[in-house]
Amino acid sequence: MNEVLLLHYEIRGGDFIHAGESSGHVKNILKRLGFHPNLIRRTAIAMYEGEINMVIHAGGGTADVKITPEQIEIRLADHGPGIKNLDLAMREGYSTASDSVRELGFGAGMGLPNMKKYADDLKIRTAVGKGTTVSILTKVSRNQG
Amino acid sequence: MTIREIRKILAAALLTDGKHQNVTIHSACGSDMMSDVLAFAKNQPVLLTGLINPQVVRTAEMMDIRCIVFVRGKKPEADLVRLAQACGIELLSTSFRMYTACGLLYSHGLLEGPVPNE
Repeated sequence: MNEVLLLHYEIRGGDFIHAGESSGHVKNILKRLGFHPNLIRRTAIAMYEGEINMVIHAGGGTADVKITPEQIEIRLADHGPGIKNLDLAMREGYSTASDSVRELGFGAGMGLPNMKKYADDLKIRTAVGKGTTVSILTKVSRNQG
Repeated sequence: MTIREIRKILAAALLTDGKHQNVTIHSACGSDMMSDVLAFAKNQPVLLTGLINPQVVRTAEMMDIRCIVFVRGKKPEADLVRLAQACGIELLSTSFRMYTACGLLYSHGLLEGPVPNE
């Protein structure tokens, strides 16, 4: 591909039936465009973790994806409660998820650490009571893993 | 090991159309924690789990998992089966518990894959 592809998704809070559809859609588009499988997986997992976080914690939000031949940028924005302690939230095992979320297999405190692990760059801007914006960048140049 | 062989070893019921039963699997993981699957699962594994909610299939989709085995005889709703079919993921249901199901596959040579370097 040579051009820039822009995608926009509305993500509904608390909807665990459709949570992940946006990430699945992006993954399929990246496959069709012929990106490296490892890049596709890294991007899809990082976005999926962010999408799930918005569904669990933030009452939903929006996802904007910019695909270029060199990189994929994902911006997840919500108007949820914000993250009180970002350093704690980045630690593996720390979670504020409810028991009902844990019963779905999430809430292990791996969401943000996983996003950091799979992204080439992760930026989080958050304000308590106002919301959170997560920016994920994956680069084509990192083909391995 | 193919999905067809896994089905035989676990005496499992096939819940999907079985189009991908000849796909070869080199490793497997067993977990009820999808966050751990997203963090640690290897390339194209089988996922054994006791969870039957749609996020199991979504997690499998993100990880390129080709087959989900529901343990303890669990059977998901039709919507989940349709989602898995659309994603090209085979679904099996075995009456074995997680520990036994994992042990059976392991003893037949389906080991854990290499630890990823990321």
